[in-house]
Amino acid sequence: MSLLHVAILLPFFAALFIPLVYKWTKKIHTGWLVLPIPVLLFIYFCSFIPKTMHQSTTATMPWIPSFGINFTVVVDGLSLLFALLITGIGSLVVFYSIYYLGKKTERLNNFYAFLMIFMSAMLGVVLSDNLIVLYLFWEMTSISSFLLIGYWYHRERSRYGARKSMMITVFGGLMMLGGFILLHIMTDSFSVREIIASGPAITGNPLFVPAMIFILLGAFTKSAQVPFHVWLPDAMEAPTPVSAYLHSATMVKAGIYIVARFTPLFAVSEVWFWTIAIVGIITLLWGSINATKKNDLKAILAYSTISQLGLIMSLLGVGALSLHFGNEDFYAAAIVAAVFHLFNHATFKGSLFMMVGIVDHETGTRDIRRLGGLMRIMPITATIAFIGTFAMAGLPPFNGFLSKEMFFESMTDIVHMNLWNADTWGVLLPVIAWIASVFTFVYSMIIFFKTFTGKNKPYLLPKKPHEAPLGLLLPPSILAFLVVIIGIFPNLIAGPILEPAVKAIVPTLATTDSDFSIHVGFWHGITPALLMTIGVVIVGILLYKTNRYWKPWITTRVPKKWRIGRAYDASMFYLEQGSYRTTMWVMTGWLRTYLNYMLTAFIILIIGTMFVTDAFNFNLSAMTPVTAVDFVLAAVILVTLIGTVFSKSRITSIILLGAMGYTVSIFFIISRAPDLALTQLVIETISVVLYLLVFYHLPQFSNIEEKPKWFSIKTILSIGVGITVTLIALSAFDTTFYDSISQYYLDNAYKEAAGKNVVNVILVDFRGFDTLFETAVLAIASIGIYAMIKLRLTKRREKDENQ
Amino acid sequence: MILKIALSIGLLLYSISIFLYLYRILKGPTTSDKVIALDSIGMNLVAIVALLSMFFDTNAYLDVILLIALLAFIGTVSFAKFIEKGKVIERERDN
Repeated sequence: MSLLHVAILLPFFAALFIPLVYKWTKKIHTGWLVLPIPVLLFIYFCSFIPKTMHQSTTATMPWIPSFGINFTVVVDGLSLLFALLITGIGSLVVFYSIYYLGKKTERLNNFYAFLMIFMSAMLGVVLSDNLIVLYLFWEMTSISSFLLIGYWYHRERSRYGARKSMMITVFGGLMMLGGFILLHIMTDSFSVREIIASGPAITGNPLFVPAMIFILLGAFTKSAQVPFHVWLPDAMEAPTPVSAYLHSATMVKAGIYIVARFTPLFAVSEVWFWTIAIVGIITLLWGSINATKKNDLKAILAYSTISQLGLIMSLLGVGALSLHFGNEDFYAAAIVAAVFHLFNHATFKGSLFMMVGIVDHETGTRDIRRLGGLMRIMPITATIAFIGTFAMAGLPPFNGFLSKEMFFESMTDIVHMNLWNADTWGVLLPVIAWIASVFTFVYSMIIFFKTFTGKNKPYLLPKKPHEAPLGLLLPPSILAFLVVIIGIFPNLIAGPILEPAVKAIVPTLATTDSDFSIHVGFWHGITPALLMTIGVVIVGILLYKTNRYWKPWITTRVPKKWRIGRAYDASMFYLEQGSYRTTMWVMTGWLRTYLNYMLTAFIILIIGTMFVTDAFNFNLSAMTPVTAVDFVLAAVILVTLIGTVFSKSRITSIILLGAMGYTVSIFFIISRAPDLALTQLVIETISVVLYLLVFYHLPQFSNIEEKPKWFSIKTILSIGVGITVTLIALSAFDTTFYDSISQYYLDNAYKEAAGKNVVNVILVDFRGFDTLFETAVLAIASIGIYAMIKLRLTKRREKDENQ
Repeated sequence: MILKIALSIGLLLYSISIFLYLYRILKGPTTSDKVIALDSIGMNLVAIVALLSMFFDTNAYLDVILLIALLAFIGTVSFAKFIEKGKVIERERDN
């Protein structure tokens, strides 16, 4: 166990103590005690930056070595980028939550415990090298996210959102587990690095594409890609710090992480490239269009997150080509753009969520129709919002501008590809990307201008608005500061953080360092991308100005038919209804129905097996000759049988059953089994008497008026069972592979056991164990009968109720 | 040989009589007819078992003969009691 393991598990162990600490320290806000943890971790992970620029750090802790499952941790560029985001934004979020959540009104012990579990889980996801450990942490993020979304569990919407996100992300998680297991089957290893190293060997494996699709399903559900994005807007019922942390900066990027991590393995396949690029670009467009029609600030941000995640995903898809074609630079540039935008998005989206939280906190509402003119009242918040939204829209001098330029470059470059029709259909990619960017611009402007400019409407606001306290403003200010700094000096992070991350995704790049670092720094000059950005701004302004004309159209007409959230609700509803109906249909509560099922299954399985294995065998040459007595006895049994089935009164049935039992004893006699005959006679008599006893208390047959139907399902089934058993008996008759062991008993009954009655010797000597437990069965039966007769609790209760 | 033929004829005759009793069980207008028919089947079985043990030349079935006679009696008595009183075992004698 190294310091890295301690670092990953530290928040988790802290979560164990938070409830205790919360009880002991009532005077201090629990957040202050939690805050050192992410800060410490952030500093610790910062210390990896110089190391990771050149090589990765590994540490292993055995967990289940016999299965190859070890808690192996690898810090490379990609992991470090995520770890820094998680701990850095985690620190800011904890700080922010101290001022956001009231000490008296909220259950802070739960909040910080859940948050710390989440932080641990997220660090585990990005740092684990072992697939099973990764999956374990992955599910921990799902569960802690579920707990955090449902933090205000007394609200119906919170519970709904938590359930929905749980259903979708756990579905994806299980799919991903399937993919991991397939990878393990192919490579016999759980280590990500080993699997990637053995990548070329498994490319042709038939399980390669299924594994890829399963893993992609996991990544898409977690990262809210269309059509699995529906949980993210509903997750906005969580407290704002949670939304800022989980649903913009970290958890939703876990899917991105998985895609990036497995790019070296799967990028050789065109399925990977097309799926990611297309799903990403559709998500980008869908999210940005939907964001423009929302009135709730958090809902806008949720859809904008979806859209931006789609952007990163599509860039990763395009970037996967760089591995496919060896070392082509502009596709590597797509990876750079993806990683860069990932970082940028975490900064500006985090600040925007915190900004929305401040607005909500200080005005009491998040509805843009009631907000307006807050610029003068909340100037600092407005500044933060300005930086955040303009970075999101992709305007200079903020960092969003740079990554968006790189995005456009990568998307336009794809047109030059002349493989898989990328030169014809590929044109759609930049076009869609451009349209989506226009909508991104529009909703970014909506967030800023509708909230902070225009007329102030204090009569619509639940609270009297005023500027937020410094504590609330500090974390988003830091993020906004980062947005500006990175916008102006992108090479501050490009060299130390982004470059190792890109090298982790595209390992082939490690050989051509010099060529590659130029790309990150290069951001001047008039390129088609710049012209596209200018176009975005112009069309975006026009669309924003005409917002009120097309917004009603887009909210009323487009969504109703195409809302995927409805599909989720409907599928949940019909799943529940369907299983309810199926249960009601199958589980009738009638024993005869179940008997029908069993007998049908019996017939079908046995006859089917006999047909499949061709087991019919009617060689009766070894049969003993049938005598006249056998025929007569069989005829007697047949008559009694038919009489029993068709008799009209129960007493006749009982008498006929008795006659049948006696006849069977005669069969035992002619088969030379005196002991059986004796027992059979006694038991038959007793059971006839018992039948009489029991049936005396029942109503007459005539009261039921049930005539036997000739062609009912029962008739068919009973005939079928009879035929089946007969077929088995006939087929089994000649299929004797070994001699009987009975000769041993005949030889040794007297010699070994001093008894001439072989049957009895077998019963009490050779195989006395069976007899012991048959005796036990009889004892249990008699005790049971006694108890049933004597113990009549319900009857007494019924009697009491009747009186 | 002659013994075997005689035994076979005897068995056949008893079998036929069992069939006739069976007809009575199925048809017999009252329950009493059926019970008596069952009792008689028991007696026929006694005879058949006796004949069969001669046929097989063994005395292993003599217990069976005794038992059938015993059980047929018990069965008939309980049926008779059932027809008479409506129950087989009475719980309290005083009523």
